[in-house]
Amino acid sequence: MALKQTPSQTVGPYFAYGLTPTQYGYDLPSIAGPELATEETDGQPIRIVGQVFDGQGQPIGDAMIEIWQADAQGRYAHPADSRNPNATFRGFGRCGTGTDPRNRFVFETVKPGPTGDGSAPHTTVIVFMRGMLTHAYTRLYFSDEAEANAADPVLASVPEDRRDTLIAKREDTAAGVVYRFDIHMQGDRETVFFEV
Amino acid sequence: MSTAPRDWTAHPPYLYAGYKSTTLRGPTKPLIPLKQSLSEMTGPVFGQDCLGPLDHDLTRNGRKNGEPLGERIVVTGRVLDEAGRPVRNTLVEVWQANAAGRYVHKVDQHDAPLDPNFFGGGRCVTDEEGNYRFHSIKPGAYPWGNHHNAWRPNHIHFSLFGPTIATRLVTQMYFPGDPLLPLDPIFLGTPEGARERLISNFAIDVTEPGFALGYVFDIVLRGPAATPMEA
Repeated sequence: MALKQTPSQTVGPYFAYGLTPTQYGYDLPSIAGPELATEETDGQPIRIVGQVFDGQGQPIGDAMIEIWQADAQGRYAHPADSRNPNATFRGFGRCGTGTDPRNRFVFETVKPGPTGDGSAPHTTVIVFMRGMLTHAYTRLYFSDEAEANAADPVLASVPEDRRDTLIAKREDTAAGVVYRFDIHMQGDRETVFFEV
Repeated sequence: MSTAPRDWTAHPPYLYAGYKSTTLRGPTKPLIPLKQSLSEMTGPVFGQDCLGPLDHDLTRNGRKNGEPLGERIVVTGRVLDEAGRPVRNTLVEVWQANAAGRYVHKVDQHDAPLDPNFFGGGRCVTDEEGNYRFHSIKPGAYPWGNHHNAWRPNHIHFSLFGPTIATRLVTQMYFPGDPLLPLDPIFLGTPEGARERLISNFAIDVTEPGFALGYVFDIVLRGPAATPMEA
């Protein structure tokens, strides 16, 4: 390689007016927010909810979570996916944990379909925050996809006693289907992060 | 196409004792290798359609009743991959403190004045050669609580996507000759030998006569993975 990568630096505590301005009430339209899907989007509407915990088990109120997922048919809105993705579904969401009273991130989306390469339905999750000099990648899988999860090569590469950190738990609520996905930065239940 | 790995001789580690917040927030277990699939060979695409007319001009996009205070600057550079190829049509987001070292962010409690005419957030999309360009005000230094008498050097936050989710980068651009750099744990958390890549260059040929000082900051994202044929 001819050139060297530019180093990462922390997103810091004050990202909100630049990266998530609409969510935090600043006068700049966001390029992406916590709502990926509308009522018109094809697929099963779901909500993804979670908290980010530090090494003392305290919820973190200045993290930013990004998600990237396929549409309900398993297609990505990107030129590398030639399968005509759902034109109204971009598949990218961004949410800070500073606007919810319990420091939750809450995404309104649709459940991604299988991408057809043998992997179980999943969503890429990226974690940024003050106190992280470099972002971390993880993956969210769905608890009601036990059979697909059992055949997923990435889950299989994770030590069995840590796989559970990647499985979002389905809850059927009056408001609809909710998947709970907590992220533990450290500790006994430290979330699996990947070298992507 | 898959992306070359993150170069950990360039990027700071998750745990760096000098930057105290990392102690309880950085993952402690080794990262698990993941073979890139379509999920990592794709990523969100943002084009000109997501930009407002003044998003690239921080000297104008926050005006209420006049001009922002401080030293006007123009910040420009190329976004390239490791192979030296331009990263075209990719979103570049920036945010920064005002000239007094104060962020618009509601939780910033630093006792320095807000500027009613400066917002501090902006964005643009690179052109066909990978160039980006912002106008802004030189950000001030500000104190923070990491240690006694800790001050952040002048900096502008950058967020980039590149072609896939694997090329995602959030970083900070610093200014040449800043005496706070050798004292800053966030800068020093970066491996020695890579830190200099975070410092912009003053450029008289980029400086706009009578208007704004020019700084050049090129950004290199992860490139294409070497194929076995090339290896």
